[in-house]
Amino acid sequence: MNGKIIWTLAQKELRDALHNRWFLLYTIAFIGLSLALSYMSLAGAGIAGFAGFGRTAASLINLVLLIIPLMALTVGAQSLAHEQEQGTLAYLLAQPVTRVEVFIGKYLGLALSLLASLGLGFGIAGVVLALANGAGSPMAYISLVGQTFLLSLTMLSVGFLVSALTKRAGVAIGIGLFLWLTFVFLGDLGLMGTAITMRLPVEQLLWLSLLNPLQVFKMAAILDINATLDLLGPAGIYAMQEYGAQLRGVFLMLTALWILAPALAAYMRFRLRGDF
Amino acid sequence: MIEFTDLTKRYGKFTAVDHLTLHVPARGAVALWGVNGAGKTTMIKCLLGLLRFDGRITVDGCDVRRQGRAARQRIGYVPQELAFYKEMTTYDMAEFYARLKDAPTTRIATVLEQVGLGEHQDKPVGALSGGMKQRLALGLALLADPPVLVMDEPTSNLDTAARSQLLQLLVEVKAAGKTILFTSHRIEEVEALADTVAVMESGRLHFTCSSGALAQRIGLRTQVKFMVPGHQIDLALDILRGDGLAARRNGVGVIVDVAHGEKARPIHALGRANIEVIDFELE
Repeated sequence: MNGKIIWTLAQKELRDALHNRWFLLYTIAFIGLSLALSYMSLAGAGIAGFAGFGRTAASLINLVLLIIPLMALTVGAQSLAHEQEQGTLAYLLAQPVTRVEVFIGKYLGLALSLLASLGLGFGIAGVVLALANGAGSPMAYISLVGQTFLLSLTMLSVGFLVSALTKRAGVAIGIGLFLWLTFVFLGDLGLMGTAITMRLPVEQLLWLSLLNPLQVFKMAAILDINATLDLLGPAGIYAMQEYGAQLRGVFLMLTALWILAPALAAYMRFRLRGDF
Repeated sequence: MIEFTDLTKRYGKFTAVDHLTLHVPARGAVALWGVNGAGKTTMIKCLLGLLRFDGRITVDGCDVRRQGRAARQRIGYVPQELAFYKEMTTYDMAEFYARLKDAPTTRIATVLEQVGLGEHQDKPVGALSGGMKQRLALGLALLADPPVLVMDEPTSNLDTAARSQLLQLLVEVKAAGKTILFTSHRIEEVEALADTVAVMESGRLHFTCSSGALAQRIGLRTQVKFMVPGHQIDLALDILRGDGLAARRNGVGVIVDVAHGEKARPIHALGRANIEVIDFELE
């Protein structure tokens, strides 16, 4: 594996992200909304700075849950399929590069693009919070940024898998949007319906909800900010009682699994493809 | 330099390339000739590792399947359909591929000059004409100065002037000692560039011959359309048929079916009979 080639490909992906209208739109929307939410949360609470962070963070978590999966899924879904449709992928693979270099280069470039976008959004909102008071620990905020980046990687990996399984960018984006709906809305609704009709025990309810990477992010973020999951109801209380201090490790492991498993599956599909 | 040994490529039940064995010698130029669907592009895609295949392909001793990067490092590739990142400038595009090929960036300016794009290096690739893009593709292929040049219908989308310009460049590249493998539908291109022609039919190697013998071996014929004064059309038909040529009336002129290399024969026949040829075109 040649690091120079990987970095060249990653740099190109970064540059492409700057020209991608959807990517820029998501970034601007995320920055605007995070700024507005921070300002409104602080104004509504009558307190400012990191001391009033809990209220702001709750708003930011909901914003992240909506926008970041959409952004990462669509960006990932376009990655390979768009280039294949344009014919540029075949030309790229005809160069002295290996498929693993192309895959990692693209993934790394898009991951860095997402990180830059998140950094801008959270950075500007963070500056507003700090300027408002400046008191309190910023660690919870930094932790939320980290959790959000990991969430974006899970969705990027799922997007790459979709992209590796399809040949047309339109189809890949369509599937990406459907998955976004499933993760954000349909998954929760389905889980609620199943829990009510089948009277699921709280343990099964917890693990079923953890199958959704967005729920993992939500619980991990709330745990970081609140130090407890009590506000999530019986499943949260059960999780705290049953796993206690191990919860963070469980969340991290599940997140790592959601990042690695789809990315590996996507790479295997990409590597074995022989129809360029 | 390039060895195809028992190459077979199947798409389900369809066999695109069927047990093909072909040798392309170092510094040689081999043209792949055949109708659409004969398997020419499939062969090239297998050579580049873009398709899975049965059999064996080596480039300068490097197995395409096991040593793909090393094999492709020795190949400059000009595709049939140009697929470029249109937002990039010509220079940025060349720099991007130079890095992938591990070619020194100092070669970029030289190569862009060589293919006549020195003045266009700041232009976005999307703003280049078809001929310029094709020359850019050739430039990118030559960036790392590879010993092998592989081209798939390199002039298929070009007008006459651009085709002639590119062909001249390719002749220079060949003279520089590159090994060339290319597909083409144009006899004049094959005659100008190739030493040997591999004629393919339904995925099989039908025969090989020298480029000079191709037209005769495949019985290549050309239709020449002549415009002559209306009152001389019947006479022109008699003269041409009398000269053993297959001629027929076509509106205001005549169409003659001639063997490749005999396109001037009807003109001489009509000239000897003092029949004025107002215009002519090849079909």
